Amino acid sequence: MWQFFHKLGSPKWFYGIAGRLLPWFLVPGLLLLLTGIVWGLAFAPPDYLQGNSYRIIYIHVPTAFLAQACYVMMAVAGLVTLVWRMKLADVFVKAVAPVGAVVTFLALFTGAVWGKPTWGTWWIWDARLTSMLILLFLYFGAIALGNAIADEKSAAKAVAVLVLVGVVNIPIIKYSVEWWNTLHQPATLKLTEKPSMPPEMWVPLVLSILGLYLLFGWLACLRMQTEILHRERRARWVQELVE
Amino acid sequence: MSAMQKLPRLTPRQESVPVWPACWAVMRRDLLSSLRQRQDLFNPLLFFVMVVSLFPLGVSPEKAFLREAGAGILWVAALLSTLLSLDHLFRHDFEEGVLEQLLLQPQPLYLIVLTKVVAHWLVTGVPLILMTPVLGIMLQLDGNSIACLCLTLLLGTPVLSFIGAIGAALTLGLRSAGILLSLLVIPLYIPVLIFGTGTVMAAGQGLPTASHFALLGALLVLALTCAPFAAAAALRISVSNS
Repeated sequence: MWQFFHKLGSPKWFYGIAGRLLPWFLVPGLLLLLTGIVWGLAFAPPDYLQGNSYRIIYIHVPTAFLAQACYVMMAVAGLVTLVWRMKLADVFVKAVAPVGAVVTFLALFTGAVWGKPTWGTWWIWDARLTSMLILLFLYFGAIALGNAIADEKSAAKAVAVLVLVGVVNIPIIKYSVEWWNTLHQPATLKLTEKPSMPPEMWVPLVLSILGLYLLFGWLACLRMQTEILHRERRARWVQELVE
Repeated sequence: MSAMQKLPRLTPRQESVPVWPACWAVMRRDLLSSLRQRQDLFNPLLFFVMVVSLFPLGVSPEKAFLREAGAGILWVAALLSTLLSLDHLFRHDFEEGVLEQLLLQPQPLYLIVLTKVVAHWLVTGVPLILMTPVLGIMLQLDGNSIACLCLTLLLGTPVLSFIGAIGAALTLGLRSAGILLSLLVIPLYIPVLIFGTGTVMAAGQGLPTASHFALLGALLVLALTCAPFAAAAALRISVSNS
């Protein structure tokens, strides 16, 4: 157990592991996401109220899930950076922050596209949408702060503090649809309850969520590898690898 | 492991560290230095007044519009003015080396940061609140709304100062710290703004405001207890970086 923990601190060891994990994330991720989206867009039954426009749920909900999950993962990694000074944790934060920002933007964008036929407007300033917008700003802030500090160690620690402070926003997003009266519908899927949709609607949704998470894992590994190569560029193993 | 256990155990310092005199000294010093540099004291206030005056001129001087938007305008202006004044919070001390001395003190940095933020609020937040009734009358707000607005600012501006202290500590000593500070802090300010203006709107519609004030108070307690921790950690990072 402890040996594993110590190895996890070694960028070289992680570089190898990440390289071997890449196809295991990519292939099932692509398969699941494609199955989920094709099934959802082409074969799932139309909604009795929203007709076909609801089908964007198969992109909107996975991206919105991932947008929040990515921030929570960054916060956990930030805590690890501050407490155990683990190099890889801050590599992770730096690698996934732009991914999180893009996914959050996609969630907002697909939400806007979905809002137009359903609510009759692209955007409303309600709690769920505003808190997701704040999440996007928090991602941008973390990226900007990381870029502004030249020293890598200080940048990692400063970003970790910022990400941990911003984590107060996550429960606000999660419960915004329950605390406030809003146009946004309540949570689509809950672990504790039976879904309100028939299986032929929610199974493809679960598939695309899993697929997107796996693809995120793939992208995180790939970006972490790049970041490790950049940081360890003076190490002998990197120079041997490049040659 | 066995080698380590044989080492003599370090015992924590037993004699008590005088905490309150140190906090009092920091408070006195910060207040005195802002009183001696009056321009720093007046500039955020002037900025507050000028931003507020932009809205009737730029959007609409109609009584109906101002009455509806007045609370929001004053809140946004107070927020921006706090944001601009944050730069002073640690920068002078940092440049003069006082901050490093404060970090080396045996007193908990948490309390020193807390004191500095309270001092900052006393010289920037309180004048804003005192100025608010005058601007409220100019924005055609009625007496009830103005009283409610002042109360929300009384609860809300310290929260702005506390959250801002985290951003100020994180961006200490960076190039273009000002714009970066705004980018980091504004997202965290949005909830305070929403609850602050929400309270005044509820009061304007004759709805009960107790729950709104309770939420603002909760935000204040949360900021008061947690923000100095984060700001202290950020200060240590920034100072060790320079």
